[in-house]
Amino acid sequence: MDALVNKRIAKVLKGDQNAFAEIVELYQHQLYQICYRMLGNKQEAEDIAQEAFMRAYVNIHTFDQNRKFSTWLYRIATNLCIDRIRKKKPDYHLDAEVRGTEGLNMYSKIANDDELPEEELMRMEVQERVQYEISRLPDKYRAAIVLKYIEELPLAEISEILDLPLGTVKTRIHRGREALRKQLSNL
Amino acid sequence: MNACPENVIHLMDDYLDGDISPSDEKKLKEHLESCSDCRKQYQALSKTIAFVQSASHIQAPSDFVQKTMARLPKERQRAGVQRWFRRHPMLAAAAIFCILMSAALFTNFNDDQQFSFTKQPNLMVEGQTVVVPEGQTVVGDLTVRNGDLRVEGELQGNVTIVNGQYMASSGVITGEIEEIDKAFEWLWHSIKNSFKDAAAIFDGDDSQTAE
Repeated sequence: MDALVNKRIAKVLKGDQNAFAEIVELYQHQLYQICYRMLGNKQEAEDIAQEAFMRAYVNIHTFDQNRKFSTWLYRIATNLCIDRIRKKKPDYHLDAEVRGTEGLNMYSKIANDDELPEEELMRMEVQERVQYEISRLPDKYRAAIVLKYIEELPLAEISEILDLPLGTVKTRIHRGREALRKQLSNL
Repeated sequence: MNACPENVIHLMDDYLDGDISPSDEKKLKEHLESCSDCRKQYQALSKTIAFVQSASHIQAPSDFVQKTMARLPKERQRAGVQRWFRRHPMLAAAAIFCILMSAALFTNFNDDQQFSFTKQPNLMVEGQTVVVPEGQTVVGDLTVRNGDLRVEGELQGNVTIVNGQYMASSGVITGEIEEIDKAFEWLWHSIKNSFKDAAAIFDGDDSQTAE
């Protein structure tokens, strides 16, 4: 995988744009997923994921090919996500309050329009709830939890992506886990 | 909870991280069997993890690659050129010099496609031919571009003909005759002249006429 990616990076460095399209193809779903779970919004996730690829492209000559490309790419993306979350923090609480009702409205609308089966509705509600609970986590814990449990990355890689010592990553995962447990205690 | 050792929480965290030694794992399991509070905590955390992991895998929209590629900066060729410049500064300087020189040469050469000649009294023009009429004397250098020269009288000075020819005739030319009809020669001539001009500036105003 890494050798394949490095071959494409070499082509990109020579100015071959199609080689970069192949890199985007390879990582698009994972990168989009990280952004979506971090931001909880499809529009923003798409925007930030594209921005991350764009920055990777522009700065590709700074990438050290002895390292793992995905780690470097995820690092760009998580930094962009955390920046985005912090920028909209002032109205975050308002946002969170609205989000629940918005979700309800959206789903009741779908139910009215399409008459979805009961179990489909149930499944969607769980998904909605998962995203909602992740979004309620402080951004510090959110990144660690998303990388650990959604992307299922090893701790050492998470530590590299977040540019934090291994011990700090563990602490954040533990605290994030505990915060989630408390949030879910009424489930 | 009072009876629980302080490190049970740590053991639990290590266990859930999948990062626990077999002996610690044994300790933890023994404790969980005997302590219902810790067991509850452990179960709640396991449920939490399972809940987060129930998040379905999300796919990027189908036009994601295309949209991303459309967003890339278009001046990637320029970026490539810049990279090349950074790596080979001397070559880059030489390349720029060559480009500028050839640009100057060809614009000069192409701009001068029109028939023209140095304005001197007594000269006559027949079509594309400059004529020094019989019995007349022209004093000074003469340059003819894109035309021919015929001397029937007397010309006291040097002659330069670009893209044309000197037609031998009965006249007298006291200076040198130079015919130029190729780009390279034109370049050489331009360079020579610019050196002469430069020298003239340093030598003083009259050196050119004294020549």
